[in-house]
Amino acid sequence: MAIVFKKPHALTDAPFHYCPGCTHGIIHRLVAEAIDELGCEGNAIGVAPVGCAVMAYDYFACDMVEAAHGRAPAIATGLKRTFPENVIFTYQGDGDLASIGMAETVHAAARNENITVIFVNNAIYGMTGGQMAPTSLPGQITQTSPYGRDVNTVGYPIKVSEMLSTLDGPEFIQRVAVNNVKNVLAAKKAIKKAFQNQIEGKGFSLVEVVSSCPTNWGLTPQKALEWVEEKMIPYYPLGVYKDRSAKKEEK
Amino acid sequence: MKTVGILIAGFGGQGVLFAGKCLAYKGLDEGKQLSWLPSYGPEMRGGTANCSVIISDTPVGSPIVSNPDILTAMNLPSLDKYENDTVPGGKIFVDSTLISRKVERTDVDAYYIPATQMAKDLGFPNLANMILLGKMIKESDIVSLDGMREALGHVIPPRKADMLEVNMKAIEAGYNY
Amino acid sequence: MSEKVLMKGNEAIAEAAIRAGCRHYFGYPITPQTEIAAYMAKRMPKIGGCFLQAESEISAINMVYGVAGTGYRVMTSSSSPGISLKGEGISYLAGADLPALIVNVQRGGPGLGGIQPSQADYFQATKGGGHGDFHLIVMAPASVQEMADMTAKCFDLSDKYRVPAMILADGTMGQMMEPVVLPEPVDYCKEKDWAVTGTKGKRKHNIINSLYLKPEELEKINFERFERYKVIEENECLYEEFMMEDAEICVVAFGIASRVSKNAIVAAREQGIKVGMIRPITLWPFPKKPFRAAADKVKAFISVELSMGQMIEDVLLATECRKPVTLCNRSGGMIPSPEQVLEAIKNAAGGNK
Repeated sequence: MAIVFKKPHALTDAPFHYCPGCTHGIIHRLVAEAIDELGCEGNAIGVAPVGCAVMAYDYFACDMVEAAHGRAPAIATGLKRTFPENVIFTYQGDGDLASIGMAETVHAAARNENITVIFVNNAIYGMTGGQMAPTSLPGQITQTSPYGRDVNTVGYPIKVSEMLSTLDGPEFIQRVAVNNVKNVLAAKKAIKKAFQNQIEGKGFSLVEVVSSCPTNWGLTPQKALEWVEEKMIPYYPLGVYKDRSAKKEEK
Repeated sequence: MKTVGILIAGFGGQGVLFAGKCLAYKGLDEGKQLSWLPSYGPEMRGGTANCSVIISDTPVGSPIVSNPDILTAMNLPSLDKYENDTVPGGKIFVDSTLISRKVERTDVDAYYIPATQMAKDLGFPNLANMILLGKMIKESDIVSLDGMREALGHVIPPRKADMLEVNMKAIEAGYNY
Repeated sequence: MSEKVLMKGNEAIAEAAIRAGCRHYFGYPITPQTEIAAYMAKRMPKIGGCFLQAESEISAINMVYGVAGTGYRVMTSSSSPGISLKGEGISYLAGADLPALIVNVQRGGPGLGGIQPSQADYFQATKGGGHGDFHLIVMAPASVQEMADMTAKCFDLSDKYRVPAMILADGTMGQMMEPVVLPEPVDYCKEKDWAVTGTKGKRKHNIINSLYLKPEELEKINFERFERYKVIEENECLYEEFMMEDAEICVVAFGIASRVSKNAIVAAREQGIKVGMIRPITLWPFPKKPFRAAADKVKAFISVELSMGQMIEDVLLATECRKPVTLCNRSGGMIPSPEQVLEAIKNAAGGNK
């Protein structure tokens, strides 16, 4: 019998703890597929965040390091500076990367640290039960913005890809989504490129993945994906924000 | 000699720490026990700077010289501040170009050297510190002048060999004053 | 044998670290320890090492965490306020059982404090310095020679026990120059079965981690770690006894305070007062043994500190309060003078008549 579907080798057999309808599972799979296809599992060292993906170290079959909240890019820097030939990636959420770890993120990007950053933006703190994130949308109701995010008092969401692409440092920044098949395929391509860039020594590559959180958004998985399409993507437009090598080729 | 505590004090930029360093290296070359401790902080940039050097035949305890056996004052605030701390029977070296008053203490030996003027006249205006160092070596038994060039070699990198000669000249000028 | 050279304490630490095989340094500028970073910035690129000025102390300690996970020797240095920022990372290093060297060249506090020498981070260094149940190996150098020697020692012990180590120095120790014989360069074993290096497809993945959501599991790991601490306490305590043979008064001091105290003790002996000193060299583990012995012999202890009195609590514990312990101290960046310590010795010996 022919095998038509199997789990990527770079994922362990540990069952995910993610909520039903959460897209972390898809993104994990895309990362693992990229690692498989590039044949770099034995060389890869991943850094897990604090947040919903905190236990990613149990799911990826490569060597893993669990970071303090927000510090993954600094840890990845230490790893990369020790083993420049290894493939070092971080997997971080929006609170981790864009709030408490913003300094680490910006400076790793500015240094063009040759690492791969997978940034999962679901506009909420999932692990702690649905608080306002730096990427929560204006008016979005969360546990800590019960009347909706009021931009007059708590300010505006941070558009990480746009912001980082203003820096001279980073090699590659793209925003993708995983709310439909077409977007998943595009996300896969971007993630693989972000790893490929590192292997080719091109530098800091970040893929922002617009994701969903049915549990904390209070929506069914189906409705959550619709919310991604209707609310998230208009605020966080998909696309390549920076691709230094492609730009060079154009010239 | 058993233990000699030396305090060199002046404005930042007068080479107070450097003079202390040269002295410390000379002590090292002579196989002495020693310590060198700078004041550090904002005063390094223009305010008062000082450094404590201890040269001894026995291991150095506290590296802080609060009661110097030898005080070298390169400006008036330094003399005002440390004159009374100098031990009875100690020596005070004064740059008399910059300090017009005399040492008030009568239980110390005072030496007045117009070091800043001499340095200007001799064509190395920044080396009043080394002139004073030469005089200190002459009038005390902390270290000898022999081998001073080698000691300077530890502090001045080989690519600045010409600087070494100038510094040596300044030390000799002070020694022979 | 290497020749004697004249070096600042800060530089001696940096050079000794390189000779101990350390090729990764991460730091953020702060007085009075910046010479360490400056030295590393100059030397590391020339020997294929890595010097990186991080965006903050927090990032620096996490870069350290990253390298430590690979099993390679790595260090950071800072001064008091910066060490507070590193507290988070230090706790994670301890929780993940990672070896690393942290240097604290202390300055006066609390808050931004000042930049002059202090020993007021004793509690922070010896009682944890971050959240959770853990200790660091803490060594307190009292000379530039010890700055160099302890750097090598800290790397070795940290590797051996998988416990982060700290050198607790102060501004004086960092800034002063003394003759020093640098330790010979050594190699060390980089292959550790727990390290993350890439599985190369040959083993199950290694995980560097301090998260244990099951309390019984976390408790077990903490108990095991404290068993290791016990071994360290039994085997690695270091101290110096100075003129203690016939002492009736025992001065207790570490680092710069011990240097000042030596002057006072020599002066007191000249006046016929039988006084000696116990100088703890490891602050954690605190060398309790000599204190128990001394408590039977001496009349009183004097804890000389550049703080409002922190080590004195360990002296009280180690002597089980059997003899009076008084404090002789300055704070905020001030250093006790030998005269002040001599006064305290005279008072303890029966008062100034």
